[in-house]
Amino acid sequence: MINLKNLHVKLLALILIVLSATITFYKVTELKLPLMPVEEADLWTVEAKVTYKASPGPSKVTLLLPKQVPGFILLDENFVSGRYGLTLEDNDLNRIGQWAVRRSKGEQTLYYRMQLIPGEKEKFKDKTPTYPQPVEYPEIMRTAVTVLLEEVRSKSADIKTFAHELLIRLNEPNADDNIKLLRTEATTPRAWVQREISILQGANIPSRQVNLLVLTDGARHSKLVPWLQVHNGQRWLAFNPKTAESGFPANAIIWYYGDAPLLSVIGGKSEKVDFSVYKQSQGMAALTQQRAGKINPKIMGFSLFNLPVQTQNVYRILVMVPLGALLIVVLRNIVGLKTFGTFMPILIGMAFRETELLWGLFLFSVLIALGLMIRFYLEYLRLLLVPRLAAVLIIVIILMTLLSLLTHKLGIDRGLSIALFPMVIIAMTIERMSLVWEEHGPSEALQQCAGSLLVASFSFLIMTNALLEHLMFVFPELLFMLLACTMLLGRYTGYRLSELWRFRSVILKG
Amino acid sequence: MAWNSFLQPSRNLRKLGLLGMNQRNGDYVLRYNPRKFYPLVDDKLRTKKLAQSVGIAVPELYAVIEAEYQIAKLPALLEAYDDFVVKPAHGSGGEGILIIKGRRNGCFRKLNGTLLSCAEVGYHISNILSGMYSLGGQPDVALIEYRVDFDPVFDQVSYQGVPDIRTIVFRGIPVMSMLRLPTRQSDGKANLHQGAIGVGIDLVNGLTTCGVWHEDLIEAHPDSGYSINGLAIPGWENIMQLSAGCRELVSLGYIGVDIVLDSRLGPLMLEINARPGLSIQLANKKGLLPRLQAVEKIKTIPASLVERVVLAKQIYRQC
Repeated sequence: MINLKNLHVKLLALILIVLSATITFYKVTELKLPLMPVEEADLWTVEAKVTYKASPGPSKVTLLLPKQVPGFILLDENFVSGRYGLTLEDNDLNRIGQWAVRRSKGEQTLYYRMQLIPGEKEKFKDKTPTYPQPVEYPEIMRTAVTVLLEEVRSKSADIKTFAHELLIRLNEPNADDNIKLLRTEATTPRAWVQREISILQGANIPSRQVNLLVLTDGARHSKLVPWLQVHNGQRWLAFNPKTAESGFPANAIIWYYGDAPLLSVIGGKSEKVDFSVYKQSQGMAALTQQRAGKINPKIMGFSLFNLPVQTQNVYRILVMVPLGALLIVVLRNIVGLKTFGTFMPILIGMAFRETELLWGLFLFSVLIALGLMIRFYLEYLRLLLVPRLAAVLIIVIILMTLLSLLTHKLGIDRGLSIALFPMVIIAMTIERMSLVWEEHGPSEALQQCAGSLLVASFSFLIMTNALLEHLMFVFPELLFMLLACTMLLGRYTGYRLSELWRFRSVILKG
Repeated sequence: MAWNSFLQPSRNLRKLGLLGMNQRNGDYVLRYNPRKFYPLVDDKLRTKKLAQSVGIAVPELYAVIEAEYQIAKLPALLEAYDDFVVKPAHGSGGEGILIIKGRRNGCFRKLNGTLLSCAEVGYHISNILSGMYSLGGQPDVALIEYRVDFDPVFDQVSYQGVPDIRTIVFRGIPVMSMLRLPTRQSDGKANLHQGAIGVGIDLVNGLTTCGVWHEDLIEAHPDSGYSINGLAIPGWENIMQLSAGCRELVSLGYIGVDIVLDSRLGPLMLEINARPGLSIQLANKKGLLPRLQAVEKIKTIPASLVERVVLAKQIYRQC
């Protein structure tokens, strides 16, 4: 029977542990919830504002949008489009947003807004291009291109160095006539990137234009910057088309690929896109919860982050209490410490949250000492139990008030936090302590008091640990794990550490 | 030194068969003592009445004080008695027990000679009524009963109080006994944690073996200096049978039975404890576990008390 019961407890604990570990594992690996507490993260909000003048009649607006943002996690996006119907289409690398309206007139404004946080570089399925067909250059450029490519080829080892060398030559300030010739008619940045692409094509090197948005906090009227990417057979390498520097600028995102226009409007004119960007710092935990909620709304429906902030703050403390309870179980049933009351030390430990540890210990000791002295006086008055307890409670509150007033007068604001001490608990502690003092002597009373304070300090340290608080709040399913642990400890029938001391005379003899 | 040498003390205890607090609670108290029978032992008034109904000898009950107003009538109530004991019905660990031995100048005399006025006794009773000594502070009743005039056999080895014999009875078989001797420090009380001495008893012949005081082994009473070893306890068979019979009385499997020896009335059952302490092992320098396990192996416990005592002695010899 006993073994069956043990087995039952063990099985139940196993189920709880597996359940809690599975949910936690899923939340960490799939929903990417952080195991470590991260204080703040940058939340970028990018807004594309499309304006145009609509001609009377139907109009259709097409805006190219990013499909994925490498290096960032897309938290949220929305379209503010009023009466417009919205369709989203996917092509290989971009998304195409289309707004359409049957009747419109005058100045029109449409918004696309997205929120990004820095995140892991997600695997981006980029396509490997086929080798480009040789191009026919205009007569005058043909020789210039051939000469340039020959020169560059002799000074480079692979595609990367080739592209770099070529771009340096094309952008040299004191360029020779060949280069000057190649620069003709390529005045806009976009045309210049296209020119570079066509020259690279002459060397059979695939390349493409990408259009970047540089994230600058507070930027308004930002425009996209065309950039050059060259494929070296394995992957795409990015180059600054004007300086030949490799890579992307810091904090830049690829808005779209290719040379198609960003915005096109049918049934309107003077269309333009303005980007504005701003950055906020937000609690990482909340952000990641929001992100996880996008991935799996069912599981995250049970997240504590869904509660109102005030309630959240209460639960931040509440989910820590089981840790304190587990600590009490360990200290009492495995170590064998004696305390006043079972969970009294947890409540004292929670009060220490407001006072900090050392001040808490000091104020608590002062309060208990003063209360105990008055309690001994009450003993002399022969009061009945309940009125005596009530008297102790009132005296505790008077003492707290006096201590607060005194410390405030002295300019020690910490002393004010004594008001948060659980006064009923303190009154009961004083009463019990005086009984133990009477019946078992001062040493036993002081021992139990020291034990309680020790446990209270431990539980304070555990319950205010930032990592544990983060873990318990983000992964409340760990409560099942704690439950399993306490149940297993509930079937622990081995010796307590204190018993090794208690039975020492027998041990020494044996 | 093995890596787990820090476990050595614990292994030594295990080898000696010492029962720990966790195991006592988990494997014996929780398993053999059904909760519903606890009130029978927690309320000493009920235990006493139950015992009287089946003819087990207990100290005579003089009065029960259940309400504050009865305290006013205390002088009249106590008029007929010079010697008496006041105890809470739900007390634990010997707390709240007041022993009065005689009167002087209209005052009551405590065991240690201190004089108490009637009002002071009343205040003590009032504390008992308000639940000061009961578990969880529940309101309680006070019992006033016969003060045991203990057998002079222990005169030289007890200081003022009433020595008693605590026996652990498991499934109706006595497994371990100790004699508890009050000291000056224990204020006449017989509880080890209040400073009384525990002396191990040979279950076969009723001779004391060795003593423990404050968890230290001793051979002589600290107050009188007389040896506490080799004392013969009168009427040992009787005491064993009386203890064994308490199992049926309260339907609990794992109990501690406290018995006192009255000079006129012989062994009287004082109280039964559903969570008996572990110090008895220190007093006997023996662990309870081997004996408990031996009793667990017995399929059916004989109904006859004589047979049970025979079994107890067999088990005592084996472990």
